[in-house]
Formats: sequence, structure tokens, C-alpha cells
Amino acid sequence: MKAPSFAYAKPRTLAEGFDLLERPGAKILAGGQSLIPSLNMRLSAPELLVDITGLAALRGITLEQGVVRIGALTTHTEIERSAEIPKHVPLLAEAVRHIAHPAIRNRGTLGGSIALADPAAEYPACLVALEATIVLQSTAGERMVKAEEFFKGLFDVDLEAGELVTAVEIPALLKDERSVFLELARRQGDYAIVGLAGVTKSSGRRLAFFGLSSKPVLLKPKSLDDAKASLPAPAADLYHSPATKLHLAKVLLERAWNSL
Amino acid sequence: MEQSLTITLTVNGTQVTRHVAARQHLVDFLREELGLTGSHIGCEHGVCGACTIRVNGDIVRGCLMLAVQADGCRVDTVEGLSDSRELEKLQKAFHEKNALQCGFCTPGMLMAAQNLVLQKKKFSREEIKSHISGNYCRCTGYQAIVDAIEEVING
Repeated sequence: MKAPSFAYAKPRTLAEGFDLLERPGAKILAGGQSLIPSLNMRLSAPELLVDITGLAALRGITLEQGVVRIGALTTHTEIERSAEIPKHVPLLAEAVRHIAHPAIRNRGTLGGSIALADPAAEYPACLVALEATIVLQSTAGERMVKAEEFFKGLFDVDLEAGELVTAVEIPALLKDERSVFLELARRQGDYAIVGLAGVTKSSGRRLAFFGLSSKPVLLKPKSLDDAKASLPAPAADLYHSPATKLHLAKVLLERAWNSL
Repeated sequence: MEQSLTITLTVNGTQVTRHVAARQHLVDFLREELGLTGSHIGCEHGVCGACTIRVNGDIVRGCLMLAVQADGCRVDTVEGLSDSRELEKLQKAFHEKNALQCGFCTPGMLMAAQNLVLQKKKFSREEIKSHISGNYCRCTGYQAIVDAIEEVING
């Protein structure tokens, strides 16, 4: 199908962008890899698309004082090709290969993916496991939200009207820390049936499941049995029953446990 | 706010300026405004890969990009890469290996495959399959397509 009619503007500065976002029916367009399909299927009908891809300040990956900062407009491909990410956030380097296909990874962005918060997407679970912080900006200033609190529910995040995700800050992996990323999908590049982002820190293990519930499910288990027992009853999707999903989550859990 | 805008972009090496509706996606623009019907429209929501084109050298889904977003960009389609003979080896291999039947997916498949060829490395069959996993073919069962790409990449 074809998208409904809308107006389009491409701000050159953040200030111009915030002005545009105050207009009625305004919606942010970043990589567009989820928004444009939803427009084409007429699941979304904004009056104005504010294309933020011209805002260079929202791009790029930097490492400063043990924190990796990734600009919201950084594409999946840029994360995939980054020299810093495999060294300091190997979990993301593994996860990004599971996101859709090369042609989509060339345009889709980190900020867009987390602002959408698809329950079966890779990044939200990774950021929760990694204790990342989401950086938000509005005309009122900057606001930092822990990933664990940012993802509130099904396609629901802690993002106020007029606020923009500008970056994500992730503590770089320390020498004795390990991470693992596992995902089961029906086909390469599909959204997950179930997936798991796990990190071992000195404080213990942090396992974030995706595809199980309306938002990432974080476990901080003491033992494998403890982890299995604390898995929530999953919601069914179009193809998989709750029992199947729970079984597959346990399979991933065992595999992850042995490599963490 | 404007529901249509004037854009200038370079398509297959030729600069074009057109007034387009904001809602028009890039493949409709190429097909309807420029008559470049080699890029196909299958699912129109980013699943099938039939509309794969190159924007500033990177492959993208043409149906998941608005024409207005291509303002100032360099766009290359299967027509451009055929005329420049960049796709010649792949086209020959597709022909010889019988890697197409109805041909609907072929332009997108060639664009995705050429992206791999340009990396000038050897790739395993698994890696080739993974790379074209976002391009659907409903006729061939993919084996012949992978054969053709493998021949060009690995000789």
C-alpha cells in the first residue's frame, strides 16, 4: 500500500527540530526502517515527519572515561563496522548481526530502535543487561534515564512529548567481565522468537530476555535453577505458544549460563 | 508545512530535479517519475528485497526510504549498473546457472549480491545465504542463486 499524505521537514539544528516537533501531529523520522513500513501499511498517520537525519551531533561512537557513548543516529551498520564496539561492548557487536538484513542495517538507527521498543528487538534487552543510560533532550534540557526504567511496556518508553533520544551511554566492559548474546528466529534477520543478552559482572549475572514479554525481562539469578524458576510465563506470538517460548528460553538460558 | 518538495539527486550518474510528494517512496519515484522500472515493488514494507537499490554506495530498501530523503544523494539502480557493465559477471552467472525463473526478484538479488562482490573477499555459501537472506525468491529455491553468486565471488 501507499503511505497517507503528510508534510516533511528536515531541520538543520536541534533547536529547529524541537520547534518542528511542537507542531500538531509531528513525528520523528530517523532511519525509517519501522516507521515507513507502518506508514505504507497505514498503521500510522502523522501530519508532519521531522527528518532528524541531518543532525550530525547525534551521530558517532566515542569512548571516554570507561563509557561508550553511541549517538542516536548511529546506524546498525556503523555499529557493526566500529572498531570500538567489539572491544568495549562485544554484546552489541554480536547482537547487531541479528538485526534484519544488510540493506536495512544501512539505514536503521540505534535511537529509532530503542524509541520504538519492539518487544522482540535486540537493542532494548542488550541495554538493560549492560546497565546503559539513555540520554534524552528537549527544550527543557537533558535527561538521563536508566535503560531498565526507560522500557516501560509494549512499544512504550519513558519519552515525553517534545523529547528526543540523543544518545546511549554504556559502561565499557572490564577485563574480567563477559557477555553472551543468543537469539532464536524463524529465519535469519527476523524478529526473535526469543533471545537473551547476558552479562557477567563482579556484582553478578544480568540476563535480559527479549521476545518473552512486552518489555525486556531482567533476571539477576544466583544459580541456573534460580534463573529457570524466575522466568515469567511468556506471552504467545502468532506462531509460538507460551509453552514453546518458555522451553526455548530455558534452552538459551542453559547455553548462556555455560558460556558466561 | 509543505506536503511536496523539490529535490535534486543523481540517478545512475544523471542529475535530476523533480517536485515530489513527501509521501512518495523512492522506488515509486524511480518507477513513476523516471521510468526506471527495473527496481521492483513486492511487499512494500521492507520484507522482500525486490526494491534493493544503492544510495550513496550502500544498498537500501527503496520502499523504506522517501524520495524526499534522497535529496542530494547518489542513487544507483539495476539499470545504471547494467549499463555500466558493473553487473556483467553476475548477470552472466545468473544466466548460466539458471538462477532465475520469473525474474521478479532478480534486480534486487543482483544489487544485494553485487554488494558482496564489491567487498573483494571470499565468502562461504553460508555467508552468501546470510547476505541475501533479506531477498525473497519464490521460484528457484535459492540454490542456483547461491551457485551463481559463489561462482563470481570465489571463481
